[in-house]
Amino acid sequence: MSSLETTTQDLPMAKAINAGLRKSLTDSDRVLLMGEDIGTLGGVFRVTEGLKAEFGENRVLDSPLAESGIVGTAIGLAMRGFRPVVEIQFDGFVYPAFNQITSQLAKITNRGRGNQSMPVVIRVPYGGHIGAIEHHQESPEAYFAHTAGLRVVSPSTPNDAYWMIQEAIDSNDPVMFFEPKSRYWPKGPVDFSASAAPLHASRIVRTGTDATLVGHGAMVSMLLQAAEIAAGEGISLEVIDLRSLSPIDYAPILSSVTKTGRLIVCQESAGFVSVGSEIAATVAERAFYSLQAPVIRVSGFDVPFPAAKVETFFLPDADRILEAVDRALAY
Amino acid sequence: MVEESPTVQILSTDGTFQPSAAAEEYLPLLDSLTHADHEQFYRDMAVIRRFDLECTNLQRQGQMALWPPSHGQEAAQVGSARASKPQDHIFPSYREHVVAKIRGVDIFGIVELMRGSTLGGWDANDAANGNFHGYTLVLGTQTLHATGYAMGIKFDGDIGTGDADRDAAVMVYFGDGSTSEGDVNEAMVFAASYQTPQVFFLQNNQWAISVPVSTQSRIPLYLRPRGFGIPSVQVDGNDVLASFAVTAKHLGDARNGLGPSFIEALTYRIGAHTTSDDPSRYQTDEQLAYWVARDPILRFEAYLRSQGAGDDFFADVTQEAEDFAADIRRRTLAAAPVAPASMFTNVYSEPHPVMDEQKAWLEKYEASFGEGNR
Ligand SMILES: Cc1ncc(C[n+]2csc(CCOP(=O)(O)OP(=O)(O)O)c2C)c(N)n1
Ligand SMILES: [Mg+2]
Repeated sequence: MSSLETTTQDLPMAKAINAGLRKSLTDSDRVLLMGEDIGTLGGVFRVTEGLKAEFGENRVLDSPLAESGIVGTAIGLAMRGFRPVVEIQFDGFVYPAFNQITSQLAKITNRGRGNQSMPVVIRVPYGGHIGAIEHHQESPEAYFAHTAGLRVVSPSTPNDAYWMIQEAIDSNDPVMFFEPKSRYWPKGPVDFSASAAPLHASRIVRTGTDATLVGHGAMVSMLLQAAEIAAGEGISLEVIDLRSLSPIDYAPILSSVTKTGRLIVCQESAGFVSVGSEIAATVAERAFYSLQAPVIRVSGFDVPFPAAKVETFFLPDADRILEAVDRALAY
Repeated sequence: MVEESPTVQILSTDGTFQPSAAAEEYLPLLDSLTHADHEQFYRDMAVIRRFDLECTNLQRQGQMALWPPSHGQEAAQVGSARASKPQDHIFPSYREHVVAKIRGVDIFGIVELMRGSTLGGWDANDAANGNFHGYTLVLGTQTLHATGYAMGIKFDGDIGTGDADRDAAVMVYFGDGSTSEGDVNEAMVFAASYQTPQVFFLQNNQWAISVPVSTQSRIPLYLRPRGFGIPSVQVDGNDVLASFAVTAKHLGDARNGLGPSFIEALTYRIGAHTTSDDPSRYQTDEQLAYWVARDPILRFEAYLRSQGAGDDFFADVTQEAEDFAADIRRRTLAAAPVAPASMFTNVYSEPHPVMDEQKAWLEKYEASFGEGNR
């Protein structure tokens, strides 16, 4: 790539992550990619396309088909000084690795009294909107955000995806990296010159004064859509992209709520014991006197992710978000 | 015609040098051992048995949450550990006390772990600890860590170079019950696929707490890895020389780039699974008597005496064992209290706002009671 005029490029998120992975693979020969079908095929979403050909089969591993095995061996490789980046093929297939992630990956640093860092990234394409069969549209972030020792992040734009994957790989802690798969294809500008924010910073992506909307991943585009519609009706909504689900960067959220007095937390996952519940509770504890309405959660229902033909009734969209905004403004 | 046993045995149960047919190919591995080495093997076994007794007593006296003894399994552990080289990496489960000691770990760390003073007793990355990784309590998980580590050794090119100080292997310990865990089977899949430099060392002590090995497998466990494409051998785990020879051979093969292999050491857990267990509920007197008669330490004592070791040597070992146990007791009783805020350190490798916040809160809360008011 030749210098200044090409520092920004329009890319779909899948290609932005690919570029980020390529950069990390180039920068450090300790970085390895592991996963099912990620080599020759380039992954079922083609996120790792071309990387095996470029870096070889000892850097980009077409692993045997066993999620616990992939994460467990990634842990061993990290002990050896490698920085493995694991791809879980789909959200619903992360559970066979749950034990290795929560009881081992998350805890080895603590168990080892800080003498054994665990620089492992677990990429999980997650979420709905793609009309797929069972186990291919879930949002399991809360399980991992609940587990101490893990960091959990989720980009919403190609630019963040490009930078955040590299920052996650640079982190000496294990990072669960949730990729909103419905956002793999839309293009967005990627600025190759500098990251927009640190890995664990939340970010105001639209300013407003009447209420604050918070979400992550694919939900951010829904929030922006809702804010645009609301603006047409004279309602000014502030939108915050969480980016990091553990730890959560509360400062921008709290100062926004101090300004707007109203908070609507939106997510694709079921609402019960969710990241949104956690944010609602924390904001109620810390910004009680600023609130002019209860914090409202807009979530998927507390059912298994439904059959694709009815997924649009499950997934929060701009209308569901605006319905919650109306309720908040009615207080 | 007597059916030939597949088991590698070098010392008969009464301590006579009487290699089984299966042991033939392993005999050259014994050539490097001196009489002093033999004495060291005995010392290792006798000291750890005394340590186990001391720790069991300390647990009974309220000094530990739990103690998992290795009584009966000393030969399997000492033989295999003494066959490892300094550059090898060892991944234990939670009963390999003597392996830790042989690799250089201060095994008071195990006491601290079982006391509830810490979640992990030693730094596996400190060279002084002989690449002995942390105890793992979730059964079978460590087999995958071992396989991943061995993949790394291979990627780094540290096998088959012919440099005896560089070529390295991994050995992972696990039990018969654990062989049913998915992770152990996945570890064998990955090990076979990547031809990792590694030895799977199964201590078949016949029990998974109260469940007999016959519930885990209808075939001898050493046959199972062959279905994964991993060569395997069964050894008399109560025969320290057999355990040494077999492990030396297979670790050597691994270092030379010949891939993974699997050793099933037949042994027996004399007594309880842990101090929380009551083996009288499931273990018969006859079975216990059968295995007590095959005690690894008595067997090796008989062998050493036949080789000229005298009462002085054994008295000296007994004294060392007593001293070691007394030191463990003294250190246990003198152990410092654990700082509450230590729970927040090392949860992450990098700064984390929640840890800072909650640590500060706990310290302030505790301080609010004032000195000595709690
Ligand atoms: C995944 C898991 N399940 C259950 C337990 C509880 N548990 C601890 S030891 C044990 C038996 C293990 O038997 P084996 O693998 O033969 O090892 P041994 O204790 O005999 O050395 C059980 C069931 C555990 N630690 N981990
Ligand atoms: Mg057992």
